[in-house]
Amino acid sequence: MKEISLILNHEPRTVMVAPNEILLDVLREKLGVKSPKCGCERGDCGACTVLLDGTCVRSCLVLAIEVEGHEITTVEGISQDKLSTLQEAFIEFNSFQCGYCAPGIILAVTELLEKHPHPSLEEIKESIAGNLCRCTGYTPIFDAIMAVSKEGK
Amino acid sequence: MKEYKFIGKSVTRIDALEKISGAAIYGDDIDFGASLLYAELVSSTQAHAIIKSIDTSAAEKVPGVYKVFTGKDFPYKFGLYMKDRYVFAQDKVRFVGEQIAAVVGRTPQAAKQGAALVIVEYEPLPAVLDQMEALRDDATLLHPELGDYPHVPWFFPKAGTNIAHWRKTRKGDLEAGFAQAELILEDTYTVPRYAHCAIETHVAIGKLDYSGRLTVWSSSQSPHTQRHLFAEALGKSHKDVRVIAPHVGGGFGGKAGVTMEIIPAALATKLKGYAVKLRYSREQEFINTYQRLGVVAKIKMGINKDGRICALDHKIYWDAGAYVEYGANVVNAVGLSAIGPYKIDNVSIDSVCVYTNLPPGGAYRGFGYSEMLFGLESHITRAAHQLGIDEVEFRRLNAIKAGDLTAYGAKMNPNGLHESIDKVAKAINWGSKLESSDPHKALGRGFAIFWKAPAMPPNASSSAFLKFNEDASINLIISGMDIGQGYQTVMAQIAAEILSVPPSKIRVETPDTDRNPYEWQTVASHITWSSGNAVKKAALDARDQILQLIHRVYHYPIDSLYLEDEAVKCENDPKFFLPLKSFVVDGIMTKDGTFKGGPINARGMFMPEFSSTNGNPETSQGGHPNVHYTVGAASLDLEIDRDTGKMRVLKVALAIDAGKALNPELVRGQITGGLLQGLATVLYEDMRYDANGKLLNPNFTDYKIPTAMDVPDEIIPIIVEVPQPDGPYGARGIGEHTMLAAAPLIANAVENALGIRIKSMPITAEKVAMAILAKDKA
Repeated sequence: MKEISLILNHEPRTVMVAPNEILLDVLREKLGVKSPKCGCERGDCGACTVLLDGTCVRSCLVLAIEVEGHEITTVEGISQDKLSTLQEAFIEFNSFQCGYCAPGIILAVTELLEKHPHPSLEEIKESIAGNLCRCTGYTPIFDAIMAVSKEGK
Repeated sequence: MKEYKFIGKSVTRIDALEKISGAAIYGDDIDFGASLLYAELVSSTQAHAIIKSIDTSAAEKVPGVYKVFTGKDFPYKFGLYMKDRYVFAQDKVRFVGEQIAAVVGRTPQAAKQGAALVIVEYEPLPAVLDQMEALRDDATLLHPELGDYPHVPWFFPKAGTNIAHWRKTRKGDLEAGFAQAELILEDTYTVPRYAHCAIETHVAIGKLDYSGRLTVWSSSQSPHTQRHLFAEALGKSHKDVRVIAPHVGGGFGGKAGVTMEIIPAALATKLKGYAVKLRYSREQEFINTYQRLGVVAKIKMGINKDGRICALDHKIYWDAGAYVEYGANVVNAVGLSAIGPYKIDNVSIDSVCVYTNLPPGGAYRGFGYSEMLFGLESHITRAAHQLGIDEVEFRRLNAIKAGDLTAYGAKMNPNGLHESIDKVAKAINWGSKLESSDPHKALGRGFAIFWKAPAMPPNASSSAFLKFNEDASINLIISGMDIGQGYQTVMAQIAAEILSVPPSKIRVETPDTDRNPYEWQTVASHITWSSGNAVKKAALDARDQILQLIHRVYHYPIDSLYLEDEAVKCENDPKFFLPLKSFVVDGIMTKDGTFKGGPINARGMFMPEFSSTNGNPETSQGGHPNVHYTVGAASLDLEIDRDTGKMRVLKVALAIDAGKALNPELVRGQITGGLLQGLATVLYEDMRYDANGKLLNPNFTDYKIPTAMDVPDEIIPIIVEVPQPDGPYGARGIGEHTMLAAAPLIANAVENALGIRIKSMPITAEKVAMAILAKDKA
């Protein structure tokens, strides 16, 4: 076991981790952050997506020990004061059904819009191609992102 | 027509904030503290074998392993419609992946390590991996004791065979029907097995507290059905079994009934004071939950000189897996409805449920109708072409109408099938020519129509409690599951309409069987209709209580009083205005300082009292096994790369008769989602087994579900509204139906583009490319 320090959702945190523990389990079981979900444990589904220094990673493929000194953001971290414009658009366009994939997809698109505020439909598709959603058929997700992209500056 | 305030409006989902902010709690998110134990399964490596011995000694020595359990600890049988299943394998295993033992550890790692050390010695038996093989006289029997299994009265197992159920439907005179046929078309269609692939895997946590009360937290579509099966199997009173169902990360039928949930429930009974969690890995999700059944369908259809279908002989053989306690009802449902949405006077249907040494088949969105319609709607297109009739015209000519008799003799309900066909044909511009400017690409157009009825016991019921709070906000207490379809929102809309309280002021919580009233299950696309009726009654009960109270205190005639803008108003006295929040909990103070009334608490219940399963076992005539059908039509334009076979859906139109779309945006959500799930079954997915019955693709790398890159370029959702007379505001279910047309649409479009008819699913790029090569050679 080793103690690591990280910035989790804008707060400094420390936690004891074993060298083989994955970030997803540490976030959920030791740090109480439950929005990253487990869907496949092998990087196929994207439900466990988190932002590592602003870039999407699958937290099931990252060892917790690797994030020492880094910044991790989950949906809890972007919902603290109010929902983001993107989250509001997800509600308006019914871009979720069961909601299980939504945290991961919101983070994937948050990164996209940070880097490309006005993405094309193809860029949108690419950005979430690693996040599986079995409910919506994706179209309502594209609609929400396109709407935000139009409004954004 | 009455103008509604909340019905028919695309109200914002009431669970939106929770799900979008990350607040929504799913089964695996619940904390249990230090008393939590973890279970890991030991699964069969054999498709069919006698268990000679199980050695758990090495596992028991692993540090952190608490206990190891096997079948001898739990000699219980269970099942929804037929008790043919065990908590753990007893003397035999019947499919690769069947649970044999569970190692319970203080950490998941210890449990896993222990499970790997359990040694099972098998004596292999011949395995039957194909339903047609299993039907042979010399086939090995999976269940020699089949004749002794308790089952519902509408199942007809054949003891001494692998036939678990045989639904026969006979109508008219089949021979006479074929005798008048101008064309007889006969062929066989095959459909493999499919996996639901909800992104959340199954998870359940059981806990028996020191008082002897069993609580199970479960990712479930069926909390009350689970409670009932746990109580039955484990010999407990229903009052001592409590199922709490948090948010569900996708169901699609896979979390209906009981599969793995019985394991932690049973383990808990021997681990008093502890909570024990079983969370499936993605691989376990693929190999040991319900799967969609495989199908071999033999269709013989006769069409007379007027272009009318005059005879249909439809034989459907289902690969139902090792245990069919739920899957046999899929077989039953289709056995009643395999005429499709057509009026046919002379019919013979044999729907045969066959045991195989593969994982248990069960409910999957569509409940067998997708599989049946692949063959039937392919056949319809082919018959039309052979007769030289336009296939849409052929469908119009034969499509069933309200009042026509179904195959089992009941009258078809009011429906918008013809309107759906017309609207889809217009949206896709049926009859226009498709031509690609790229010589490497071929374009084709497909058409298909569909129907499906809820498959439920005749007494499947729903109920609702409704209570007002001090500020006239409402808690609506119901037990259906919002598996993503928007159930909670739509139920809130129904209560809102009657009580004039906006849906945003109504809370619907996920159910807890101790506190929420009975609901059969969230399956069969019946919940909007059935639970909606119960909620409507509860809201009317609340309104009656309110109006009675106002009448008692203010003496206005009851029929002059009404609710509007969260207040009681009176037609006779425009000045009368009493806000609900002033009295729905506290009552109304009268002149002498006393109070009248008190908290408004209401209830509602719905059971389809006209339904019965009393049909003749040899013909299915008589009885009223299905409450109603939902119908629709769809068409699509497909682009095919002639070199690679890769397909792209350019445009798809799908019309569905919702009766009344209580929330049109949610209906459209079902159309975009269901369509893609259906397209995936035909374009990408199928479960592949090796010669020993082992699944070869139990993960998302090898079993490919669609990504954002695989979406049709254009989707045109069309809502048709021909009211269901006994539905809430005319509504009927649409959730499953949106995927029913997809497979024949692709098959028909491929033939239209290439002149190649593919009769087995899936129709992958590889299969299309190979077919093009074969055709070019020939």
